[in-house]
Amino acid sequence: MKLSTIREILDATVLSGEEHLDREVLAACGSDFMSDVLAYVKDQALLLTGLVNPQVVRTAEMLDMKCIVFVRGKTPDESILKLAQARDIVVMRSPRRMYDACGLLYLNGLRGD
Amino acid sequence: MEPIKLTYHVEGGDLIGAGEASSKMKMALKKLDLPQETIRRAAICMYEGEINMVIHADGGRAEVEIAMDHITIRMIDSGPGIPDVDQAMEEGFSTAGEIARDLGFGAGMGLPNMKRYSDEMKIDTTLGVGTTVTMRFNL
Repeated sequence: MKLSTIREILDATVLSGEEHLDREVLAACGSDFMSDVLAYVKDQALLLTGLVNPQVVRTAEMLDMKCIVFVRGKTPDESILKLAQARDIVVMRSPRRMYDACGLLYLNGLRGD
Repeated sequence: MEPIKLTYHVEGGDLIGAGEASSKMKMALKKLDLPQETIRRAAICMYEGEINMVIHADGGRAEVEIAMDHITIRMIDSGPGIPDVDQAMEEGFSTAGEIARDLGFGAGMGLPNMKRYSDEMKIDTTLGVGTTVTMRFNL
């Protein structure tokens, strides 16, 4: 699924990496626990989270993820966005709650693995 | 080929900034054109180790060696040591405090993850002296 489609489905705002919306992700994961993300993620290139801090970007970076979506309208600060930009990771913000955001993507064909 | 040796300092008490050393190491490995999957495993392990060091040991250093057939990462700290290594290796066991949990860590997955993603892992620890975690990744 293209990141541009994910933006539409989640009614999301792109905060960083607008130029990379044609990128494709094949699977996603949703968690507020970075330890779990590090433990169980394989090739899920999209991370949905309600946690807002630089370690979210670090975790995504270590796992070669392409995009982070902050759910529930949570807005990362400038330092987090800069970190993501430097690592070429797209950042979006969605007003949807975690459960709804994951459900909507799943319903549209984006699976967990 | 002589092995390449890299050393990274890990700042103590800075959980927000933790990950910088692992990020630099990952970039260095990418430049060497090593297999992507191995780079990812090494990066995850060092990152978990780095977080552990910041949470439990007030920082330390990481020594990375890249040889023809393997990568070795040594995470060396002068922290309090691990009283019960078997217990620390259990998934879900954690002594991390609230700050670490607020940042999404402290689930008791750090050391188990490091073991899972490395090809070999060894923990040398002495109470009151420090801990060295050595991980090997075959190339």
